[in-house]
Amino acid sequence: MSNYPIPDSATLVRMYEKMELIRLNDERAHKVVKTGRIVMPYYSPRGQEVIPSAISVNLTEEDYICTIYRGTHDMLAKGVPPKLLWAELAGRVTGTCKGKGGPMHITHPETGVMVTTGVVGSSMPIANGLAWASQLSGDDRVTIANFGDGAANIGAFHESLNLAALWKLPVVFVCQNNRYAEHTTFANSTAVDRIGDRAASYAMPGITVDGNDPEAMYGAAKIAIDRAKAGEGPTLIEAMTYRFNGHLLGDDGHYMDKEERQKAIDADPVARLRARLISDGVLSEADADKISADITAQLDEAIAFALDSDFPTLDELRRDVFATELA
Amino acid sequence: MTEKMTIAQALNLALDDAMAEDPKVVMLGEDLADNEEGGVMGVTKGLSTKYGKRVRSTPISEQAIMGAAIGASLVGYKPVAEIMLMNFTTVAMDMIVNHAAKLRFMSGGQTHVPIVIRTMTGAGFSVGGQHSDYLEAWFAHTAGIKVVAPANAAEAYGLLLSSIDDPDPVLFIENMPSYWTPGPAPTRGERIPLGKARIAREGKDLTIVSYSRMANEALAAAEALAEDGVDTEVIDLRTIAPWDQDTVIASVKKTGRLLTVHEATKPFGVGSEIAAVVNEALFGDLKAPVKRLGGAFCAVPFSKPLEDAFAPNAQGIAAEVRSMLSLDPVD
Repeated sequence: MSNYPIPDSATLVRMYEKMELIRLNDERAHKVVKTGRIVMPYYSPRGQEVIPSAISVNLTEEDYICTIYRGTHDMLAKGVPPKLLWAELAGRVTGTCKGKGGPMHITHPETGVMVTTGVVGSSMPIANGLAWASQLSGDDRVTIANFGDGAANIGAFHESLNLAALWKLPVVFVCQNNRYAEHTTFANSTAVDRIGDRAASYAMPGITVDGNDPEAMYGAAKIAIDRAKAGEGPTLIEAMTYRFNGHLLGDDGHYMDKEERQKAIDADPVARLRARLISDGVLSEADADKISADITAQLDEAIAFALDSDFPTLDELRRDVFATELA
Repeated sequence: MTEKMTIAQALNLALDDAMAEDPKVVMLGEDLADNEEGGVMGVTKGLSTKYGKRVRSTPISEQAIMGAAIGASLVGYKPVAEIMLMNFTTVAMDMIVNHAAKLRFMSGGQTHVPIVIRTMTGAGFSVGGQHSDYLEAWFAHTAGIKVVAPANAAEAYGLLLSSIDDPDPVLFIENMPSYWTPGPAPTRGERIPLGKARIAREGKDLTIVSYSRMANEALAAAEALAEDGVDTEVIDLRTIAPWDQDTVIASVKKTGRLLTVHEATKPFGVGSEIAAVVNEALFGDLKAPVKRLGGAFCAVPFSKPLEDAFAPNAQGIAAEVRSMLSLDPVD
């Protein structure tokens, strides 16, 4: 990995800000759901903060992403405003989707979040279509297809990677390997040791990278995104990470290996990057504290905005089914 | 003499005209391009030569085909995706039902999926149980997708153009055995609006509602019945979802009798929905119970005598009408 592009300090700080936003947002989601203020299914991305942060600093707002139900980290890193996100989580009319999509279907084209799917593997075929549109129009955009290790075993993975490679689509497949497909370990669901190795089957480059290492992840993302934008086709990135929590809020993850889980939590990538930026003299303690305080204030505002907003009126049942409102 | 055209020619012409008119119209599917002979039935012949990379043959990957169509449609393209056979929609149901049909609603109207899914089907081609099914009821049952089924060349042309224009996903069902049936040629550029039925034959004694190939069988039955003095009105729905309730209800209000006919199996079929709505609207005006005809409740069989008996035909339709009118059966 010695020839990987390396992020400069300013980029690392931008990545850290996104990671801290994701971490604090996750903390708030747990609190808000546990206190009953919002009822929603919540799939925590805690532990996977580096991946979308390293990707997003290599993207513009015009670039597209598709993500999945465990996707608040991808959305926040791409720039979805927390206010709109929280209002959608709360099912309010002020949310990204007027409250009609909810946490598993956040859509925000303004920041390039085109599809969030609740179906494992379904981000990939649609990402190809967005990339095909870019190829047809020559608009120089790249599309990121996020999915988990579980999704690498569904048929859509195979169909999508084959088509993307065949058509040289400007798409990057990002498998966030958090070691669990719902309750099943990676080893119990996947015959190969590395998803990245599967890229060879599609004649595309495969990169298995430590997805919790900011520099390595940045480098892998940049190489793949540059390649896509240069018209050289897709890349499969397998970003190795670890899901700190159970599958969704309410699942304590008791089936997870305790020692392995503790090891991952002890190596919290957000705390690690903060410590490093401070020890390298990039940030002072006070700078880092201010970043957290600003985000906390932003989240306070976002949650208050969400909870103060109205629910959609019932005529929304008839709207957006088709272009023309139902009778 | 009126100019004649087959359904296959009319579809090709509609695709050609749509692509010439709007550079955002693109096509993808298995064997579509001329390198692969312009479709297994030749419906898309010549289009890839004329429009280049806007027409792409794909691997046999129905999920990937639908996903690519959906994704491109989210950002301004108008893809016409071909799923070669209607039975093959089953391997792309997640993309069609969970995504194409729902993204407009789930995004609160921020995105929409203006795609057309062209697919062919129909018994009568000796291809057995996984290549012949009419599955329109599944899609008509799904909020967010329209279902269209032309019965002749002029409809194929006018409805396909409207389907491509439409801002919502449209499943466009083509009857395979009648691809080469000639009929009056369409008027170039003329659209047939979605959601509007055609009164194919006016009559006063009984209304038959049908679509796709069965609409033609119903017409043939009506002509035979006319010789016995039975005056049947035949409605060709053209759009199955959303269907033209106003035209159907007005017709049944006039005739007092309704028979629905489709090739799909009868239970939980489109005919059942039409019967229910007509009963709700016209219970007191009906002179007879609403009746339904549909394909046998089995997989489409291979053996020729079984396949021939699978779907309703003109003779069976006429017999059903006579029974509804309490007329003696004819041999």
